[in-house]
Amino acid sequence: MMKNQKRWGLFFFLAPVVLWLFVLIVLPHIDLLIMSFRYEDFDGNKSWSLKNYLNFFEEPIYWLTFVRTAIYSILVTFLTFVIALPVAFYITKVVNPKYQGFLLVLLLLPFWVSELVRVYGWMILLRESGVINHFLLKLGILNQPIEMLYRDSTMILGLVYTSMLFMVVPIVSVLDSLDNSLIEAAYDLGANMWTILFKIIIPHATPGIVSGSIVVFMLTLGNYLTPNLMGGKNSLWFTEQIYNQFIASFNWNQGSAFGFLLLVLSSIVVWLGLKLTRQNLKKVVQ
Amino acid sequence: MQIDLAVKEVTKTFDDFVAVDNVSFEVADGSFFSILGPSGCGKTTLLRMIAGLTEPSAGTIEIRGKSMHGIPPNKRPVNLIFQHLALFPMMNVGENIAFGLRRRGDDKATIKDKVNTMLERVDLTGFADKKVDQLSGGQKQRVAIARCLVLEPAVLLLDEPLGALDLKLREQMKVELKKLQAKVGTTFVYITHDQSEALVMSDQVAVMNQGVFEQIDTPQNLYNSPDTPFVAQFVGDNNTWSGHIRQCDQKAAEIETNDGRLFRTKIRQPMQPGDEVDLFLRPEAMLIQPDAGLANLNRFEVIVKDLLFDGANSRLLANPLDADTELLIALPQTHQYDYIQKNDKIEIGWDEQSGICFPRSR
Repeated sequence: MMKNQKRWGLFFFLAPVVLWLFVLIVLPHIDLLIMSFRYEDFDGNKSWSLKNYLNFFEEPIYWLTFVRTAIYSILVTFLTFVIALPVAFYITKVVNPKYQGFLLVLLLLPFWVSELVRVYGWMILLRESGVINHFLLKLGILNQPIEMLYRDSTMILGLVYTSMLFMVVPIVSVLDSLDNSLIEAAYDLGANMWTILFKIIIPHATPGIVSGSIVVFMLTLGNYLTPNLMGGKNSLWFTEQIYNQFIASFNWNQGSAFGFLLLVLSSIVVWLGLKLTRQNLKKVVQ
Repeated sequence: MQIDLAVKEVTKTFDDFVAVDNVSFEVADGSFFSILGPSGCGKTTLLRMIAGLTEPSAGTIEIRGKSMHGIPPNKRPVNLIFQHLALFPMMNVGENIAFGLRRRGDDKATIKDKVNTMLERVDLTGFADKKVDQLSGGQKQRVAIARCLVLEPAVLLLDEPLGALDLKLREQMKVELKKLQAKVGTTFVYITHDQSEALVMSDQVAVMNQGVFEQIDTPQNLYNSPDTPFVAQFVGDNNTWSGHIRQCDQKAAEIETNDGRLFRTKIRQPMQPGDEVDLFLRPEAMLIQPDAGLANLNRFEVIVKDLLFDGANSRLLANPLDADTELLIALPQTHQYDYIQKNDKIEIGWDEQSGICFPRSR
């Protein structure tokens, strides 16, 4: 009797999740997977084919964008980590605990406005007739305005900015659990700042770093808005290729194939990352 | 004798709070020095200043004659054992012990040798590959000590390392630590709030209260002739009477207590008749039913309120007749006093040499 009740309880709470996963994620993906193996020739005849995937490898622009996206996503993840670690360390260990919450709110604040607005904010700052150029001209540092938008570096800046919070928060939570006396003990035993960082702080923070990195990497890889607006035509992002296939070329089959390639890519990179840091997913998502 | 550690007029203030107030002391090479005080008396701050984790506001700290001013903790020839040991959980036992040696840049073979020798010395041979969380409390303790001793520091600082252990293990570690110190000959500076730890292990004990040292002495002297009322009360148990001096000479005084009793006791500082005083008396200084022939005893009668049995440390809880002062009286477990029951009236006597008398501090 009890057992039955328990089972019904479990079913009751699990059902919405399972339904949500199935209807909104699994089903469309199955549909996309099927579509990615369909090919439609000029006469409108449909057939099973690997052509969509072959296109990807035969056309350099596709796989070059793909590799570029992967490398830049890893770079963005790494840069975000390099900036987030000192920030998280400062929040947890240096600053007076009573300001900790306040600082976290400050970090959160930009996320109260939509990504679109934030990106336009950057564009106002960086464009040729923007705020920064205006001041540089006024101060006489520049003779004529320079275009700071539509470069890879600008796009990376925007992506790092967008991702910061997702790296800082998990690192703050692992550093919170780091006993200060471990740092002091290492210092007392002769370690300098760098050894403490690499032998004590980073090993302790690894689960948080890995989980932050996974989130940042996935968000960056799948980001469409920031690369599109800040990178412009010069900085192609793979999501833009997918968009082009679906919307511009109206080639849903090709778009589906690209979508699946991106999914495989992110899975492989995350798996490699976990292997390299000797973490497992279960520990990281805790 | 070489002085390993000299602390000279060291003061530490936090905003307007004085944590350590003009403290000076010296620790000789190879000795076991304890700083004993209640929590919040500034002893941890003092230790952290010696380790270099906190800078003193004033005064100097010298280690083997060299001033430590401005020298960071990783360059000081002292090591600190933390209250909760602070073993590195991301490393195994061997790596923990090798940590300091690696930082010093010793070569691999030397490190391995030294780690193994050290493990042997603390009776943990073969534990090098164990994880820290596989160890028991006592073993962790020994790893923490090994991790510091392997660096052969001039002074080893210990911040209440036995505090987290259970009673039985603490008793055992007390003896072990003392033996280990004798074996390695390193100078130990040990801080604790547990007077028994300090008394059992130390060559010298400093009693600290509210940022100042009340007395630096051997454990025997601290117990038998405390310099201040605080030391008298903090080190060991004491019964306290308040009263005033009726008459006195250089060595002894007659005191009338507030509950109307007359006692004769030795005094160690000149006093005047009429001075308000506190009289301290150890539980074991009070003899139960003393022989009528014994001279120089202060005798009075008490009512037994309770028998507090605690093995060799058993006590009687008693009130003097017509007074509600509570007295603790040592009850030797020799079966000689087995007849004593609750509510019995018994006679107590104490020798005038065992009284400790101070001018009233309050």
